[in-house]
Amino acid sequence: MNGVLTPRDEGELAALVREARGPLALGGGFTRGLTPEGTPVSTAGLSGIVLHEPGALTLVARAGTPVAEVERVLAGAGQRLAFEPMDLRPLLGTEGEPTLGGVIATNGSGPRRVQAGAARDVVLGLRFVDGTGTVVSNGGRVMKNVTGLDLARLLAGSHGTLGVITEVALKVLPAPEATLTLAFGGHDPAKAVACLSAALGSPFEVAGAAHDAEAGVTRLRLEGFAQAVAVRAERLAKLLKAWGAAEVLEGPGPWAAIRDVTDFAGRAGDVWRLSVRPSAMGQALALAGGAQRIDWGGGRAWVLVPEGTDLRGRLGAFGARAVLVRAAPETRAALGTFPPETPAVAMLSHRLRQRFDPRGLFNPGLMEARAA
Amino acid sequence: MDMPAPSPAILARKGAIVDRLRLVLPPGGVIDDPAETRAYECDALTAYRCPPLCVVLPTSTAEVSAVLRLCHEEGVPVVPRGAGTSLAGGSLPTEDAVVLGVARMTEVLETSFEDRFIRVQTGRTNLSVSMEVEADGFFYAPDPSSQLACAIAGNIAMNSGGAHCLKYGVTTNNLLGVTMVLMDGTVVELGGPEGEALGLDLLAVVCGSEGQLGVVTEATLRILPRPEGARPVMIAFDRNETAGECVSAVIRAGLVPVAIEFMDRPCIVACEAFAKAGYPDCEALLIVEVEGSEAEIADQLQRITAIARTFQPLEIREARDSAEAARIWLGRKSAFGAMGQMADYICLDGTIPVSALAPVLTRIEELADGYGLKVANVFHAGDGNMHPLILFDANSADGLHKAESLGADILRLCVEMGGCLTGEHGVGVEKRDLMTDQYRPEDLEAQMRVKDAFDPEWLLNPAKVFPLQVSESRRRAA
Ligand SMILES: Cc1cc2nc3c(=O)[nH]c(=O)nc-3n(C[C@H](O)[C@H](O)[C@H](O)COP(=O)(O)OP(=O)(O)OC[C@H]3O[C@@H](n4cnc5c(N)ncnc54)[C@H](O)[C@@H]3O)c2cc1C
Ligand SMILES: Cc1cc2nc3c(=O)[nH]c(=O)nc-3n(C[C@H](O)[C@H](O)[C@H](O)COP(=O)(O)OP(=O)(O)OC[C@H]3O[C@@H](n4cnc5c(N)ncnc54)[C@H](O)[C@@H]3O)c2cc1C
Repeated sequence: MNGVLTPRDEGELAALVREARGPLALGGGFTRGLTPEGTPVSTAGLSGIVLHEPGALTLVARAGTPVAEVERVLAGAGQRLAFEPMDLRPLLGTEGEPTLGGVIATNGSGPRRVQAGAARDVVLGLRFVDGTGTVVSNGGRVMKNVTGLDLARLLAGSHGTLGVITEVALKVLPAPEATLTLAFGGHDPAKAVACLSAALGSPFEVAGAAHDAEAGVTRLRLEGFAQAVAVRAERLAKLLKAWGAAEVLEGPGPWAAIRDVTDFAGRAGDVWRLSVRPSAMGQALALAGGAQRIDWGGGRAWVLVPEGTDLRGRLGAFGARAVLVRAAPETRAALGTFPPETPAVAMLSHRLRQRFDPRGLFNPGLMEARAA
Repeated sequence: MDMPAPSPAILARKGAIVDRLRLVLPPGGVIDDPAETRAYECDALTAYRCPPLCVVLPTSTAEVSAVLRLCHEEGVPVVPRGAGTSLAGGSLPTEDAVVLGVARMTEVLETSFEDRFIRVQTGRTNLSVSMEVEADGFFYAPDPSSQLACAIAGNIAMNSGGAHCLKYGVTTNNLLGVTMVLMDGTVVELGGPEGEALGLDLLAVVCGSEGQLGVVTEATLRILPRPEGARPVMIAFDRNETAGECVSAVIRAGLVPVAIEFMDRPCIVACEAFAKAGYPDCEALLIVEVEGSEAEIADQLQRITAIARTFQPLEIREARDSAEAARIWLGRKSAFGAMGQMADYICLDGTIPVSALAPVLTRIEELADGYGLKVANVFHAGDGNMHPLILFDANSADGLHKAESLGADILRLCVEMGGCLTGEHGVGVEKRDLMTDQYRPEDLEAQMRVKDAFDPEWLLNPAKVFPLQVSESRRRAA
């Protein structure tokens, strides 16, 4: 990207925001492929791991730190980011280096969300620069902290519309000794989701529950100590025998591809993301049409539809649960990335943005329609 | 501890306000008889009490909305209340405040095992939520020791934790959605069974907001399949440091037990005298609990004890059956009762990085010596959430005051070591005036802006969380 401002530290960033005279398009690696109006500002200069204490499951890093670097350092200690952030580059055909700040700001989470929660669940604290250029710190670096209001989790998932995250403290988890995948074939989405629900309702600690609606393959992932995983796999297969014989695959399996929805990379069409309750997913997908991938035990689906399709319109009440992930700028302008909110939620969100970013500098129009 | 002076204008209108409240609630929904409001003068922080203007006990979201709209019109402060087990004075009223209790709202609204959630009215107790789904093999994970009494309302407001949060997280990690009423009576739905916020994650900031943002009337909670079994191992050490190092080593080895509890010598001695659990004579005791099938439990315990052996423990005692497991837990679970028999105590709740354990324990002892007081430590070591119990004599003239001063010193120490003032009990009034030790003015300002957005008139639980001088201009402007 041209003309990107890259402050070297938090102080420089705060000054830049204080002196800004117009909108700022915030980013880390800009891999999400959106270009909101404004001067691009990248956190890439605010990089580096500040602290990693494996014995306390704690990592503190600056927002611009590449996700890859975080994952490498954690792997060195047999640990990982349990929420499994996705890499959007294949799907969107973008370039750049995904950052930790970008992941937290979008509350990005992959298939393991069904077991380990989302990015916001492991946020212990963070620092950010608000729209007045003031540095704010919230939370801390300890596992349990209820001191004051939880701004850290509010900033997670705020897509840069409340402040620029400069540093985050996260709970990290051990990487497993062994991974194993059970696969079942031949089910439609509703039946597949019933299988995923049965698995997630079992005590076998399923750490991934997905369905490929085109190939008709339903997959479950187990992780842990090798012996435990083998025993759980056997018992889980027995529990799910109504869905047929399970094919067993040892090793990491296709979960990175499921996480990144690489099946839809390079295929023409718009990509949408749905989140509905699993028991309603079959119904929602019947309305959606297109090519479908189900994740999160039936709680999330990725849908590929012809360009320009107003999927929200098609989905009726489920339309309020659809996010537009990949589309031409005109479609995005017409349909909006995020679904409309209820009036009360929109009012509260608007008031918060006014108070954290009173001049409306940060990513204007990204999450809420601009005031006329 | 100061509270703002009550508004004479509100006190003068008490009769009229009570009459208006009676019009919007069913019979018996408004309590203003001083004998009956006595039960609402304090929560579990009994050192501070104050009679409220009156108490209202609505039975539905619509009634809560009607009450709040009315109080908003009248400019009357409202203190939300669940079961009143807060240890931080979170539900302590002022004389000009209406206490809004959700104790009559206890219904289960929906249960889905396929989608793994339960939706309840928030007056329901924590334990009864788990009991509701137990027969189907599920449970609600956050399990504060007060779970028999405390309500989901208070759990959400305090973001409560429990013994098993090392593995399952605290309330915020298990809360999917709420129905909440704003001070002006507006009803908002935040989150839901889908579990993912697509816009700003307002639910995240509501959880743990101590009744500052709205009155939570209904909650959608994640339920989890119950593990097949659980078993503890007890490990005794001759030094606190070694016990602390052992905790880190277990975690570094890739094990995530459901609980790692730590007790120091004063606590062990007291528990042993009280409960006769058969604890060894030692400086520090760890109780580590793991979950899973029989085979998984055996495998994990074997790994944990192998690590523990490298630290030369005085003793390792594995529970072979449920009776032995119960004996290991017996002492730990009676810790508070044991202390209560020896003396009056206050229970702190600061959190520290696990690595700072040993120096913090040493420093706590030095600080206690300085006051001539004794401190017993029992805490959740896996997550660094300490529970120092300061023992004192409430009958001595300055007993409470001295204990509180020591408590403040210990909490400052937690902050200094990279920790925080409260890991699960909340700020309330108890830690309100220490907030400036943890946060800079701009940090508190940012938090208060959230309250401005939800409750612009600062009528909901206004004298809590933020030091009075910090919030004064806002409360006055309102
Ligand atoms: C609509 C959408 C949905 C997504 N869904 C998922 C998902 O379900 N799972 C998943 O794992 N990932 C998801 N992601 C993407 C994932 O989070 C990206 O991998 C991540 O954004 C990559 O980092 P980046 O540095 O390239 O981010 P960028 O593309 O630079 O930025 C992403 C967003 O975060 C904001 N942002 C970036 N850095 C900061 C910061 N330091 N402070 C404040 N705001 C900041 C940007 O303004 C932008 O809105 C999603 C992204 C978007 C836009
Ligand atoms: C013996 C004992 C052991 C305990 N053990 C633990 C423990 O292990 N872990 C732990 O985390 N805590 C523990 N606690 C503290 C306490 O039980 C928790 O904070 C609990 O969640 C409070 O719930 P409650 O319903 O009693 O809330 P209350 O005391 O009634 O209120 C607590 C706070 O919540 C607010 N509130 C209440 N209802 C609402 C509502 N409907 N909407 C908005 N705000 C509301 C109040 O204004 C107040 O600020 C313990 C307490 C005791 C006495």
